[in-house]
Amino acid sequence: MIYGFFEGLGAYFNFLSEVFRRPEHWREYYRSFLREVDLLGFSSIALVCFISLFMGAVVLIQTAMNLDNPFLADSYIAIAVREAIVLEFAPTIVSLILAGKVGSNIASTLGTMRVTEQMDALRVMGINPASYLVLPKIAACLLFNPILVIFGMLLGMVGGYLAGDLLNLVNIEVYLSGYFMEFFPHYVTYSLTKTFVFAFIIATVSAFFGYRVEGGAVEVGKASTKSVVAMSFTIILFNYILTDILL
Amino acid sequence: MIRARGITKSFGDEQVLKGIDVELFPGKCNLIIGLSGSGKTVFLKSILGLHTIDSGIVEYDDRIWDNLNKNDRKKLRQEMGMVFQGSALFNSLSIEENVGLPLNFFSGMSDSEKVDRIKFCLNRVRIPDEAFKKMPSELSGGMQKRVAIARAIVLNPKYLFCDEPNSGLDPETAIVIDKLIHEITHEFGMTTVINSHDMNSVLEIGDHVVLLQGGKKTWEGAKEEVLTTNEKAVVDYVFRSNLFKQMRAALKSI
Ligand SMILES: Nc1ncnc2c1ncn2[C@@H]1O[C@H](COP(=O)(O)OP(=O)(O)O)[C@@H](O)[C@H]1O
Ligand SMILES: [Mg+2]
Repeated sequence: MIYGFFEGLGAYFNFLSEVFRRPEHWREYYRSFLREVDLLGFSSIALVCFISLFMGAVVLIQTAMNLDNPFLADSYIAIAVREAIVLEFAPTIVSLILAGKVGSNIASTLGTMRVTEQMDALRVMGINPASYLVLPKIAACLLFNPILVIFGMLLGMVGGYLAGDLLNLVNIEVYLSGYFMEFFPHYVTYSLTKTFVFAFIIATVSAFFGYRVEGGAVEVGKASTKSVVAMSFTIILFNYILTDILL
Repeated sequence: MIRARGITKSFGDEQVLKGIDVELFPGKCNLIIGLSGSGKTVFLKSILGLHTIDSGIVEYDDRIWDNLNKNDRKKLRQEMGMVFQGSALFNSLSIEENVGLPLNFFSGMSDSEKVDRIKFCLNRVRIPDEAFKKMPSELSGGMQKRVAIARAIVLNPKYLFCDEPNSGLDPETAIVIDKLIHEITHEFGMTTVINSHDMNSVLEIGDHVVLLQGGKKTWEGAKEEVLTTNEKAVVDYVFRSNLFKQMRAALKSI
């Protein structure tokens, strides 16, 4: 078990060394990058917005219930909601959602290419499939996941605001002013740093699982499931490590 | 000419190729035949360098694969085209992008030259212009095979490899694909290597035939000899069906 884990880790770093080769044909990589941004990034915007909006609403309801003290101004509820969303909910939950959506897509796409010999077709042409297929995906995730997380932060706060207003849980003007009080830019830096690391984990771990598939459609499905488990595990672990280091 | 000498290849404990010596000739359809599991695909991928072989030598017109450095291998790769068993078209790219990919990477052509070349190759395999923008999943199996052939020949290769090019196709389409490969081979003087288990293909297009059994070469010769030889391995392989037994008897009596 432990041996298998370290063997897997070694294979993962081997894989990375194959992926990070200097591209010889920038134009092809760039084209492929644009396709990936479309496929992995733009197609996730609606999902992330929807989730963040409702997540923000839930955070507000819970916080308002727990800080139900007449001597505490509603602006403090706003600060608590903002911190919860910026520090944790947006970067971590959105990244976990993306691991499920984008990561499993990467694993099954690459797995399918492996079992249908599309990777061999690239190799016969003299193209390194690891680098050509995976580098653009990593770049797309590194670029777009932070954008999605920023959307998540903003919409989470909008969700909190709307729920507070519609459900009449807070004095909405006081609440809104709270969003702009005692703001630490460092929190956003911390949060985006996490997002970058998570984006790298999502792109590379899922690609690793997809790239190694052997067999047929059943194995592709299994690899995709395994990759989501591995990504979630790694993201939660690094969430702890990075929080310990950065905060 | 492609020359393979003493090729062996194992997966774990199972030795799949047990020392194969073969010569494959230019301007000819070299057919490698044998039952399923006899090692045809592994052999093809071994001489292509997709599998690393355990021992043996592969020569491409006196260039020994193992002695080539990375750049020379890359150059040699551009002289190779391969049609995979399941076509292996890139499913995120359109038909013309599939055929154009090797050009984008290796040709140094201008965009208009590329368009011309793509059109020439696709029309050569009788894909009509209307289909150029379609995705692979929108085409029939036979059409996908044609596109795969177009992609394989787009860089004007010296060596063309086809793994069971007519498997999964109806008999009529299978013959069309076989003939297409045969024509192209003679037209461009390529060294073509075709894996097949289909006696029809052997008799239609087999300029030079190699029989693999259990990872060993048991016979090679011209297609006419396939029907007349007394070699037991060939007789066992070819004359499993009564129809062929009768044909053989008839031929011998002439
Ligand atoms: N990647 C692989 N790993 C392990 N065994 C393999 C692999 N590829 C092929 N084999 C084995 O090699 C033998 C020959 O396979 P193959 O060359 O595909 O036969 P065919 O003549 O039908 O193309 C089979 O027994 C197969 O199980
Ligand atoms: Mg085969």
